[in-house]
Amino acid sequence: MDKHAGADQALLSVEDLAVYFPIGGGVFSGRPQMLRAVDGVSLSIKPGESLGLVGESGCGKSTLALSILGLVDATTGRVVLDGKTVGGDTDRRDVARTVQMVFQDPYASLNPRQTVRRTLADPLRLHGVSNAGEVADRVAEMLRQVGLRPDQADLYPHEFSGGQRQRIGIARALILKPKLVICDEPVSALDVSIRAQIINLLLELQAEMGLSYLMISHDLGVVEHMSDRVAVMYLGRIVETGGWREIFEQPRHPYTRALIAAIPDPLTRGLAREKARGEIPSPLNPPPGCTFNPRCPHAIDHCRAAAPMLSAIDDGHLVSCWRADEFATPISA
Amino acid sequence: MKIRANLAIGGGLTVLALAVGIFGPWLAHTDPIMDANLMNAELPPSREFWFGTDQQGRDIWSRVMYGAQISLTVGVVSQLINTAIGTALGVTAGYWGGWWDDFVNGLTNLMLAIPSLIFALAIMAILGPGLTSLLIALGLTNWSYTCRISRAQALAVKSQGYVQAARVLGYGDFRIMFTQILPNTLGPIIVIATLGMGGTILAEAALSFLGLGVRPPSPSWGSMLSDARETITTAPWLSLFPGMAIFLTVLGLNLLGDGLRDILDPQSRSRR
Amino acid sequence: MSGANMPLLSVEDLHISLTTDAGRFPAVDGVSFTIARGETVGLVGESGCGKSITALSIMGLLRDPLGLAGGKIKLSGQEIQNLPASQLRALRGKRIAMIFQEPMTALNPLKAVGTQIAEMFVLHQGASWREAESKAVDALTQVKVPAPAQRAKDFPHQLSGGMRQRVMIAIALACEPDLLIADEPTTALDVTVQSEIVDLMKELCAARGTAILMISHDLGLVTDTCKRVCVMYAGRIVEQQDSERIFNSPQHPYTQGLVASLPRLGMRARHGRRRLTEIAGVVPGITAYPVGCRFHPRCTRRTEICETVVPELTALAEGSLVRCHHHG
Repeated sequence: MDKHAGADQALLSVEDLAVYFPIGGGVFSGRPQMLRAVDGVSLSIKPGESLGLVGESGCGKSTLALSILGLVDATTGRVVLDGKTVGGDTDRRDVARTVQMVFQDPYASLNPRQTVRRTLADPLRLHGVSNAGEVADRVAEMLRQVGLRPDQADLYPHEFSGGQRQRIGIARALILKPKLVICDEPVSALDVSIRAQIINLLLELQAEMGLSYLMISHDLGVVEHMSDRVAVMYLGRIVETGGWREIFEQPRHPYTRALIAAIPDPLTRGLAREKARGEIPSPLNPPPGCTFNPRCPHAIDHCRAAAPMLSAIDDGHLVSCWRADEFATPISA
Repeated sequence: MKIRANLAIGGGLTVLALAVGIFGPWLAHTDPIMDANLMNAELPPSREFWFGTDQQGRDIWSRVMYGAQISLTVGVVSQLINTAIGTALGVTAGYWGGWWDDFVNGLTNLMLAIPSLIFALAIMAILGPGLTSLLIALGLTNWSYTCRISRAQALAVKSQGYVQAARVLGYGDFRIMFTQILPNTLGPIIVIATLGMGGTILAEAALSFLGLGVRPPSPSWGSMLSDARETITTAPWLSLFPGMAIFLTVLGLNLLGDGLRDILDPQSRSRR
Repeated sequence: MSGANMPLLSVEDLHISLTTDAGRFPAVDGVSFTIARGETVGLVGESGCGKSITALSIMGLLRDPLGLAGGKIKLSGQEIQNLPASQLRALRGKRIAMIFQEPMTALNPLKAVGTQIAEMFVLHQGASWREAESKAVDALTQVKVPAPAQRAKDFPHQLSGGMRQRVMIAIALACEPDLLIADEPTTALDVTVQSEIVDLMKELCAARGTAILMISHDLGLVTDTCKRVCVMYAGRIVEQQDSERIFNSPQHPYTQGLVASLPRLGMRARHGRRRLTEIAGVVPGITAYPVGCRFHPRCTRRTEICETVVPELTALAEGSLVRCHHHG
């Protein structure tokens, strides 16, 4: 299936990636501040695997996605995709054929002045499929795969419902036959009664096409349902990562536990003591020590003084918390 | 229903003006330049001379018919130049941002600070009078609004998901600007171009009035007005008819622009 | 009905119409529910189901092209749907208050938040400005804004989304209203912040005896926050249940479909990864509601009667109501 890598070798590996943006600065405002959007993140995804990425605003998940897509340059560290380093002099089109993205908002993510056919056919032509018959066949086949009819190809986006639009967005992401698809909150903008259709479709397509997914979502139910492994990000760093079972049944980081406790569902009523306090700090001015300490219900003095490292607590289960050993009890959600 | 009225009256007047511009030579009764006859000077409108005659006895109806060609050519061509410059600068500035955006903004502010007629006058002074210089002068001086609008549109459109999706698909910057941004900014640009065309026709009239427009004896509506200056009280028809032609064309273009703005508004097209 | 057990709010057979060039459409069609003093009731449904405009009609805030087309809205027994604007204004803020999804659009960007809270005391309680400003700082303290005296001088854009929503709650509860209507109050917020805001709202309202009408698309949030839930679909209430029973024994096929289609945390560990149950079709638009039961084109249990006859709301045991020919 893959020329460069065996089944064990990672399709994507992000190695100690940091992305900093200068904020402000200029002639009149003095030195720019550094926004540490992503601050030393390592992760990998194997062929056919789904990695769930969980985090709230300002955690750096969007910047991480952009750097995997080669649209934002790494400050330090690197992104290796299918054996090739992304960014620098790598051809953007090579990256595009390997990794694609499904967007959150199915209304804003389709060009209102292009028919579905153009939305799907233009990328094929750009990537060297010049035979008109082949283009038409691949567009029709792709539409069938996402559950639309080929005769709907000549309609404009506004003639579709939200769920159908998201199917078109998925078709656009898959038309180049990528190996990795970044799904950025793929169902959160959809009506609740439509979400299951799209989740099922994404899982079917994954099995059919052998896709790897990076599932970005704040909905832990969706992440649990769709992921093999999960990474939890907070203020630019991964604070916990492991298999879906470890993360959701035996979470070790207080932030992961707080996320579970915050799910609005009668199931989590008993978890009030795990809830986080206050607001997410600005990534421009992160707190000293463990960045979660001001909100952590379990913080001790040491947490304010020194930042913990991400370290293995079990096979493949990594946590960055000074007190991780103490949270060995399963959380009952 | 006001929308439809705008569009119908504006479109009708514009089509009429264009028809006169194209078919003017066939509609004219006489040659507008050669058929001078001082015996017929300054005759009021009559069955023979529908719009009367001028100081040199030329048929004003014929001159208005011929004049449409020059006035509309100036309106259309120089507005095309304006739209091309303004859109190119505005879309690239909005899409790329950074120093290029600062530069284009500076240039636009400069253009807005100098009255465009004065600027056009300066260009005409360098290039000398004549139709080509007129087209260039008016085409280089009225792009700032187009630039402002297309920059704002590009800024709004570039943050849309589909532009991001195009980047993810490996589209280059120019391909994105042509296939994703431009089609979604075209509505307001067409409106500005239509409204601007009226302004350009008026500017041509003003420059011709100042003697910097089309060289006599070629008729343009502006130069006819200019020639009619001294007889405005004694033979008002000399200025009335070319004035009416300008007025109706500009009015038509403005109504058309308003009407287009209403139907090109994306809010009324998308279902959301 | 005696004064003691008269409901605080009772909405009776409410009809709201949407008027467009194409005609008049029933955006809300025969909605009835009551809220007792201090009770928490949820109104849950998808976009366009009529839940938000139901709330707006209670506030007397319907504007063209929406209009009241029938029914009664009673506050402590008094009909308020036809009150003149001046009396409605006096009611709003003082007896019924409302908070919205995006506090940034509901707050005045040009005034300090402390001033905006103080206005409520000046307007509705006739307090002096000096007095009102110190009360505003107290109100910020109650919504647990850190350093309230300093924050009172801040403008809305200087606060985070969570802090702005706290300010909105402070404004809403300033005059101790009887009813707080919360329309998707936490949808724009991060999950951990949402959780805090909801807890705060519940705590403050419980302490004051304020009833809550919570409007949301999130079944989990509504059942977690409220005692009783009304499920709306296409302009009608299709089910009314105690929150406890919504997830465990939903009665209407739509509610059942929703509950079965949600991937809830813990499901995969207990049952393995199952294919989610899909609800077929799309959410109908206001201008194209189906006849008969409006859910019938998407329903797995439909029969001929569903396509023509509108089902009545049927009372089941434990005070629950369901609108379905084949419920259960």
